Amino acid sequence: MHNFITYYLGSGLLGSLVSSLLPFVWVMTYALVAIYLELKISAHMQDRLGPMRTGKWHGWAQPLADVTKLLQKEDTIPTAADKALYILAPMLVFVGSYAAYAAIPFSPAYIGANINLGVFYIIAVSAIIVLGILMAGWASNNKWSLLGAMRTAAQLVSYEIPSSLAILAVVMVVGSFNLNDVCAAQSGWFWNWFVFGKFPFLFITFIIYFTASLAETNRAPFDIPEAESELVAGYHTEYSGMRFAVFFLAEYANMFTVAAVASVLFFGGWNSPFGTFMSGPVWGAFWLISKGMALVFVQMWLRWTLPRFRVDQLMYLSWKVLTPFALFNIFAVGLWMVLRG
Amino acid sequence: MAELRTEEMVLNMGPQHPSTHGVLRIELVVDGEVVVDAVPHIGYLHRCFEKHAEAMNYQQVVPYCDRMDYLSSMSNDFGYVLAVEKLLNIQVPERVEYIRVIMTELQRIASHLVAVGTYGMDIGAFTPFLYCFRDREMILDLFEMTCGARLLYNYMWPGGLSHDIPPGFVEKTKAFIKHFRPTIKELNNLLSYNEIFVKRTANVGVLPAEIGINYGASGPTLRGSGVKWDLRKDDPYSVYHKFDWDIAVGTGEMGTLGDCWDRYMVKVWEMEQSLRIIEQAIDNIPEGDVQSAIPKRIRPAAGEVYVRSETARGELGYYIISDGTQNPFRVKARAPSFVNLSLLPEISRGYLIADMIAIIGSVDIVLGDVDR
Repeated sequence: MHNFITYYLGSGLLGSLVSSLLPFVWVMTYALVAIYLELKISAHMQDRLGPMRTGKWHGWAQPLADVTKLLQKEDTIPTAADKALYILAPMLVFVGSYAAYAAIPFSPAYIGANINLGVFYIIAVSAIIVLGILMAGWASNNKWSLLGAMRTAAQLVSYEIPSSLAILAVVMVVGSFNLNDVCAAQSGWFWNWFVFGKFPFLFITFIIYFTASLAETNRAPFDIPEAESELVAGYHTEYSGMRFAVFFLAEYANMFTVAAVASVLFFGGWNSPFGTFMSGPVWGAFWLISKGMALVFVQMWLRWTLPRFRVDQLMYLSWKVLTPFALFNIFAVGLWMVLRG
Repeated sequence: MAELRTEEMVLNMGPQHPSTHGVLRIELVVDGEVVVDAVPHIGYLHRCFEKHAEAMNYQQVVPYCDRMDYLSSMSNDFGYVLAVEKLLNIQVPERVEYIRVIMTELQRIASHLVAVGTYGMDIGAFTPFLYCFRDREMILDLFEMTCGARLLYNYMWPGGLSHDIPPGFVEKTKAFIKHFRPTIKELNNLLSYNEIFVKRTANVGVLPAEIGINYGASGPTLRGSGVKWDLRKDDPYSVYHKFDWDIAVGTGEMGTLGDCWDRYMVKVWEMEQSLRIIEQAIDNIPEGDVQSAIPKRIRPAAGEVYVRSETARGELGYYIISDGTQNPFRVKARAPSFVNLSLLPEISRGYLIADMIAIIGSVDIVLGDVDR
């Protein structure tokens, strides 16, 4: 039973529809929570309080208020913009981020599409985001946007290589591209998780993957495509209102995607850390989301601590540090497997 | 394959840009992301300070001086009142001199905190900025308890001060010094010696000492290039000669001498030196009346005077001509930011757009001071 919804509702129209909308509900809720957390976490890291008034208790309603504000805003499209592409771009970016959710195993009983090439699919579908961002930068007809888009194209394409190579190392160990199988291979107590020394090289793999994934989500210290102190707002400089919000939503959705993939690949996915204690389909979802959110927290933590790389330093890190290490890592994992049988 | 045809692009940075530190417009000629030329366009914040000054009497000019470099108002006033006092040839009480020095040094720290904090933000580190503002807040509180204002003080008057220091000021200043020393260390750990920060700023925007001197640069911008030039020591005014402190200069520790990191670090070191001056001054403030030397009416004899002093940004000079009436005939301010900004094209050619931000930030301009 990979998907409890299609199990009960059948795999007809109704089942597919409910099954594909479930992650959407999750992304929306999560985005609101994550925006609130980002506001609060950054505030507490910076010795201030953050929103305190909206909704009385610690400003909990701030994200809702923000969304309401963005919904009411005038939808402006620059006169010189390429209208069709300008409108299409944010949708494409969101589609790219959201499509990845189909292959994330939220629990043993729920995965949108239990495909054999799960990881492969996520990498492939995330690449659509680059297209959307390039489109946004080009269609805005603004020099800052264009610079941001050019940076993004270079950055995302470069960092896909170390991140794919890192994923490949895990795939070699498990012998399957299916994310459910990856989770199943790490069952039992938390020392069975790949990050903790079952295979010593997988810890390095995790560091490589996590660094590269930060760059893929355009988060600090790799947020140069939107570097607000340099490029104003990068590729989404001209976007306002809900169109801007969609970019924002896609960024947060993407943050969770990479965090979820990292927790599936290295932290046991939906497995409980305590063997069979607190495990099962419902607890599975709880564990995956908790692990994902923990990694999202790390992403925020890094963002509010580190300065930003420069474009050439970013390329240096990808091609001369991460990629060689990832290649060496694959070789080492392979050697280990051959020697250990 | 035939060679690709490429074009240079003209990019307008500002006047509404998050990192030009106000309303500065820079016309960038870029080849891809490489800066071929940078031409600063100024004047968006011009408020006719010099012309205004001709239409009012000497005392009334002080609040306008506040508004020139609004991050170091105390230092601006200090230079102006020194000039007027020289024109009138009056001696102010020792107590006034001490309080002026303490206020100016506190102001220097506050101003450098903004410079350092916003510089971190230019490089992409948001958090140190708020830490710096937290500490600056304590200085502003001290100013507020003294004269009621937090940004534009009108505190120094020709011949004296608007208020004496209130009770509790000395203790609070000491508490601030005690709090601030460890904070500088924290700032260094978080930002100054951060690997990414060093990579972004070292070897970027190198200003050789000779070019700096030729352009007339001053303040931390010049000292970052290793030139030991500080008017507080080289042309002492007020009571600065009584204190023991060192001029902070760039060392080229992380890269080349005179790069952005040096210019940044000089400010951090200068904050420590300012603390030393305040520490020595705060315990030795002589007794006296801070308003005893204030003239009832200022009507200097015809003549002219040029007085320079060291503000947080460099050498601030006032040239005042008196025609014997109660209004100055002419007031000319030589603003450090204006002169330092003229260096920009010289030190930014050949670097990337991202470096351009680092260079503008490291020169530390205040547009109010550039345009006046």
